[in-house]
Amino acid sequence: MPDRDVVIVGVGVVGAAIARDLSRFELRCTLVEAAPDVGTGTSKANTALLHTGFDAKPGTIESRLVRRGHELLSEYAPRTGIPLERKGALLVAWSDEEQSALPGIIDRAHENGYDAIRGVDVEELYRREPHLGPGARAALEVPDEGIVCPFTTTLAFATEAVLAGCELRLCAPVAAIERLEGGGFRVDTGTGSLTARYLVNAAGLRSDEIDRMLGYDGFMIRPRRGELIVFDKLSRPLVDHIVLAVPTSTTKGVLVAPTVFGNLILGPTAEDVEDKEDTSSTSGGLAYLRSEGRRIVPGLRDHEVTAIYVGLRAATEHADYQITIHAPEGYVCVGGIRSTGLTASMAIAEHVRSELGAAGLPLRPRQKLPGLRMPNIGEAFLRPFARPDRIAENSDYGRVVCFCERVTRGEIVDALAGPIPAVDLDGLRRRTRVLMGRCQGFFCGAHVAALLAEARGSS
Amino acid sequence: MSVGEDPVVVVGGGPAGLACAVELRRRGVDEVLVLDREACAGGIPRHSAHQGFGLRDLHRVLAGPRYAQRYVELARESGARVQEEAMVTGWSADGALDVTSPEGRETLRASAVVLATGCRERPRSARLVPGSRPEGVLTTGQLQQLVKLNGEHVGQRAVVVGAEHVSFSAVMTLVHAGADVVGMATELPRHQSFALFRAGAALRYRVPVWTRTALAGIHGRPRVEEVELLDLDSGQKRRVACDTVVFTADWIPDHELAVLGGLELDSGTRGPRVDTGLRTTRPGVFAAGNLLHGAEPADIAALSGRHAAVSVSRRLAESEAWPERGVPITCTRPLQWIAPNSVSAKIQPPPLDRFALRSAAFVNRSRIEIRQDDRPLWSGRVARLTPGRSRALPATWITRVDQNGGPIIVALATPGH
Repeated sequence: MPDRDVVIVGVGVVGAAIARDLSRFELRCTLVEAAPDVGTGTSKANTALLHTGFDAKPGTIESRLVRRGHELLSEYAPRTGIPLERKGALLVAWSDEEQSALPGIIDRAHENGYDAIRGVDVEELYRREPHLGPGARAALEVPDEGIVCPFTTTLAFATEAVLAGCELRLCAPVAAIERLEGGGFRVDTGTGSLTARYLVNAAGLRSDEIDRMLGYDGFMIRPRRGELIVFDKLSRPLVDHIVLAVPTSTTKGVLVAPTVFGNLILGPTAEDVEDKEDTSSTSGGLAYLRSEGRRIVPGLRDHEVTAIYVGLRAATEHADYQITIHAPEGYVCVGGIRSTGLTASMAIAEHVRSELGAAGLPLRPRQKLPGLRMPNIGEAFLRPFARPDRIAENSDYGRVVCFCERVTRGEIVDALAGPIPAVDLDGLRRRTRVLMGRCQGFFCGAHVAALLAEARGSS
Repeated sequence: MSVGEDPVVVVGGGPAGLACAVELRRRGVDEVLVLDREACAGGIPRHSAHQGFGLRDLHRVLAGPRYAQRYVELARESGARVQEEAMVTGWSADGALDVTSPEGRETLRASAVVLATGCRERPRSARLVPGSRPEGVLTTGQLQQLVKLNGEHVGQRAVVVGAEHVSFSAVMTLVHAGADVVGMATELPRHQSFALFRAGAALRYRVPVWTRTALAGIHGRPRVEEVELLDLDSGQKRRVACDTVVFTADWIPDHELAVLGGLELDSGTRGPRVDTGLRTTRPGVFAAGNLLHGAEPADIAALSGRHAAVSVSRRLAESEAWPERGVPITCTRPLQWIAPNSVSAKIQPPPLDRFALRSAAFVNRSRIEIRQDDRPLWSGRVARLTPGRSRALPATWITRVDQNGGPIIVALATPGH
């Protein structure tokens, strides 16, 4: 007999969402993750948009799940403290050719069940975004597009799962998987093996490799690299919507968007690469982004760059998510989840759970569920440094350690001691914003490293 | 003699802010409050563990940490309040300051505000250096604090980006922390420090200076493994193995509070535009020290703070009206910036009786011209201009500025002029 009901391979936003969903039922679940923390792959480096799915390919699984995921995450985020802002998108046409594509985009949105899209004339466009560069012809408004914190989203899902009793094994790369006689799987990881009746593959960039370990060969991950530039917070007044480009057959183009942390981002590039770990930025990519930035919002030229980051999308040779249910043996592959995965994550989880139920997984709801409230790291709500009540309760919330991002000692201590504690500087960054700001550690780098070393030394 | 009960609030407790506070007290201002966001006031010299501080302001030579400590003592002895762990995060709607400290969140009214928030080095990302994002990439500021806090170890083999005074200081810190410095890379045709520093680095530490060399990439995971260097003359690239990269200099004023307060910035310095009395474009708000421009030595910053105190006390005593914006002073290339950078109707000498001028390129002994609307205000020869180092220009000409005229232009005299 397998000793667990479900093992989920990969703790990105998708794996974590599936674990959260399943943790609401009387099940023994385990999450296994190769990295020392959750959300360290594609889930941490993307455009962090909440998509409506208006431009998805109609009739695909992706189209359906993005739409449903938008609904679910829009409800879950405010309830649990995930920063999410419905800024609305403006899709701008800069040439006759692009302008002629707009009616088709409206039709496609309608086919995808999204009716709130509407045309915006040039005058209204420049009134709403006065810092856009010259030459815009027309635009579409997509009022329900939003921005969301990718770090808190993954962490919230994983935390809720862990609080409900889901086991989390970190630093556990899957080396081999075998089928058990009588049903179920044995998963060998770097830190031991475990058995489970059901197996969910949410391994992101490695999902094709896990699939092949089980003898399947349905798809191949071809990482598509996206470079992004984060501009200084002082640039934030330049743009107040997500400014999208007219998509072509190969790319959605370069966008400029606010972030929930109060910056502007510019990107992404789209380049197929071989190496699943090659998250390097390139001089060509950065030069291209800067020229696009100068064209779309010329004022960006006068602003400092705070950070550059690079993500790898888990693209495949197919135009849709690769979600396959192998019902008889209890294996679900959730592969090829591209940049829309952050939005779709909860709907993917809902879909996987219902398929597992249909495949025989008993789903008895738990009586008692953990309440979850994530620390707010977004700009739309007050953060601890600005809250007299929090400082009165614990003076460490009045000790600003990271000046650029206004992160307090209290928040750092919390992140080092939470249900899924930060184990390295990157983990602290994602949980608190520490070191993410314009000085990149000039002022507080040594202080933060000392706080981390102290916590690691004592644990 | 203060106006009402509101204190003069000095934001930033480095040399400029603390020297300003001492001078304000000496001039009889009753309530002086210095807010510093660090756990210990004193500013950048706290972790600059080398000699050479205090010559022009305290008339003695101290090591950085001792100098910082001395200024905190002087400020407290003078009767100023120095509050540490107190960060000004913004301005409230009525012009007061929003402050966060362990004591709580408060809105602080001030009779005058002196911004002395200093400057910082541009990090790797702001310099758009491509490649991976490994551990071991630092600025001098972070390096010096790491060595001070965590003692020895920062890395084995380091490459230093930049070749000005602070870059040589980073070399010394690295060597003391047990690292080999493989080389210093500068895009300029030669280093920008004293010949003595350069000779010392070459002879004592055997550190080569790679001139006309750009850092074209950083590679490695999870730690730096090598950097890619680009020879700007030949276009050739080469790779150098190292585990640490220190980005030095390329200073930018820490101007967030200034921008949030609606102060006009100067495009050359990226600091607030100030007149010769260090008044910003916002009434009641002064600025001093390295917030005004890329780094000057600590004692120069302190003297700038002292200079601001003169203007502040005059404003409080005489309820002086705030001058109109004044006439801006701008530089043409290769000149990079001049500070102060406006001349208002309040004619008074700038700090140290001179304007500080910086160039982006090396310029041999040359003639500088200052003009307003094609009317010459001053011209004269200056010694060699070196990027990253200031040259003094006299201030005798400010009385001739026409307050209703166009901007004042500072330029290298071209042949034929």
